[in-house]
Amino acid sequence: MSASEQVITVGHEPPTATGLDNTKLAMWAFLGSECLFFGSLISTYLLYRNRVCAGCGPHPHQIYNIPYTSVSSFVLLMSSLTMVLALAAVQKGDQRAMRIWLLATAFLGMTFIGGQIFEFTDFYHRGLSLSASTFGSAFFVLTGFHGAHVTVGILMLLSLVAMSSLGRLGPQAARKVELIGLYWHFVDIVWIVIFTVVYLIPSK
Amino acid sequence: MPLKQPVYEDYEAHDGPRHPEPRQYVTIAVVLAVITAIEVSVYYVTSVKDLLVPMLIVMSVIKFMLVALWFMHLRFDSHVFRRFFLIGIVLALVVFSVVLVTLLTRAPLPAG
Repeated sequence: MSASEQVITVGHEPPTATGLDNTKLAMWAFLGSECLFFGSLISTYLLYRNRVCAGCGPHPHQIYNIPYTSVSSFVLLMSSLTMVLALAAVQKGDQRAMRIWLLATAFLGMTFIGGQIFEFTDFYHRGLSLSASTFGSAFFVLTGFHGAHVTVGILMLLSLVAMSSLGRLGPQAARKVELIGLYWHFVDIVWIVIFTVVYLIPSK
Repeated sequence: MPLKQPVYEDYEAHDGPRHPEPRQYVTIAVVLAVITAIEVSVYYVTSVKDLLVPMLIVMSVIKFMLVALWFMHLRFDSHVFRRFFLIGIVLALVVFSVVLVTLLTRAPLPAG
């Protein structure tokens, strides 16, 4: 379907009280609530990160591998670039390029998740578990929930690719890509905060 | 309240706000990568230890804003979306402030 045909179809959308797309408004409301969710988890981590009793496992500064996490952060940042390039492609009516960029985004997301699984396994073998200390609980809950969000994002990206390949994305392809893109970028900015607060800012 | 037709800036050929071009997106990504490299470098520089936390926070905020304003299009889209997001951020900061006050005013938590 050409871009001009999409304009005609989108123009038949039902009017709204705000003059804004309701689905996009709902996504922003959801992301606003997610800010509060991750804000609570980050605050909890800050409260507990120095709470490690003797013999209860390692302290944060003993276990974090900053170069490794930096590479993971870079991978997730670059996935935001491929996501916006997918949006730019579909806005120009190029669904093939959109699929390539979406697959690249999903691949980078999977690389990040693979890195997180490796990190969790490494930490576990070095004595840090969900129940080893309150620091361990706070760390795994925060980063685990973030990883779960990335995983959901990957599934949505792959669904978009599958729907596009089957020709089922419909006339509002760009709108759908933009909504999932908002979610993906949000996951990215949460990691920007986590990377600084959890990994880079030194604990006592 | 009268109903209005939703505005789809990315499709319609009107003079309203538009999303950036791919070249601008790449520029923003390069800036983000450079800031991340500086963050990690600063982490290892012992001479700026006293300024480390403020520097890291400033760089994190810059990265946060670049992604939100450019990649999430808050710079170009309706202010209503920006307000929805800001409400969430403000609430998160309130929670964070409560935690800080708790840390400063209450007895230390037992190690565990």
